[in-house]
Amino acid sequence: MKLKCPECDGDIEVKEVIEGEILTCKDCGAELEVVKEKGNLELKVAESEGEDWGE
Amino acid sequence: MPPTLSLVYDRIRTEEKELINAAEKRGIDLKPVDAKELHLTITDTAKERELFGDVALERCVGHFRGLYITAILESKGIRVINKYSTASTCGNKLLSSILLGKAGIPTPKTLVAFTVEETMKALEEMGYPAVIKPVFGSWGRLIAPLKDREMAQAILEHREEMGNPLYQIFYIQEMIARPPRDIRTVVVGGEVAACIYRYSTPEDWRTNIARGGKAEVCPMNSELKELILKASDAVGGGVLGVDAMETKDGFVIHEVNSTVEFKGAMSVSETDIPGKIIEYATKLARS
Repeated sequence: MKLKCPECDGDIEVKEVIEGEILTCKDCGAELEVVKEKGNLELKVAESEGEDWGE
Repeated sequence: MPPTLSLVYDRIRTEEKELINAAEKRGIDLKPVDAKELHLTITDTAKERELFGDVALERCVGHFRGLYITAILESKGIRVINKYSTASTCGNKLLSSILLGKAGIPTPKTLVAFTVEETMKALEEMGYPAVIKPVFGSWGRLIAPLKDREMAQAILEHREEMGNPLYQIFYIQEMIARPPRDIRTVVVGGEVAACIYRYSTPEDWRTNIARGGKAEVCPMNSELKELILKASDAVGGGVLGVDAMETKDGFVIHEVNSTVEFKGAMSVSETDIPGKIIEYATKLARS
């Protein structure tokens, strides 16, 4: 399945992804989150690292 | 009725994916809940039980987001792994050190001061090299070695200029002479599920896997096991990452992590860590 990068409009081939997973656009390097909009998988720009992230 | 679980996330990392797979394999109903799409009514305790099931696994990468979700869920009678009190302690290095010290667990000597001047005095007393750590923080962020007086003065002055008042709580530890590795254990419900070495790389002195640290299986002896379980108990138990360092006088425990990242441990350990976590959550839901 092909999804569009919301940052650069490039095509991103995805396989077996689930909501919440993070992908990187090979064209522009943006970190993207897989989301479901009206039943369809889409990509949106992921949150950037916060000061309290991680263990 | 079979128990129902939820997994509260803000990013699906390898760990969360594996937890979802482990639940699926066991036929456990685990509902992923995106924390970024939540709004919770905190004045009405009755709601949300349906969404979160019997036990919620709080797996947010954002510490404070996960911590406050835990507080709200507990107020609604939903059990959370880990408990608020545990997550709150583990998310704060100062409070963790207090509990480790109180429990008689060997831990690096730690001093706290509240001004640069007093911290410099404390460092003179303790001696160099030392390490400064933010009281909250993760992935080794803003942890700095203080090799001598000049370096300490410079780093403390930089810290003083940072806006967040928590950076003005100067938490200083003795620098432990350790090999270029530390030990990460994953504790699940009072059992050590995995034990690995985390090696620092030539590019970074910190051993965090998130900083590029490399994992290798670590053989466990009874002394280490006892300390790890004691540290887990000291913070209230649950699913934890307990970290130790080797010194010439034995092990010291330097950190207990609440939302444990086990990708590194999983890559080298034979134990099914996500499976153990799901089984533990299921057991808790049935109890």
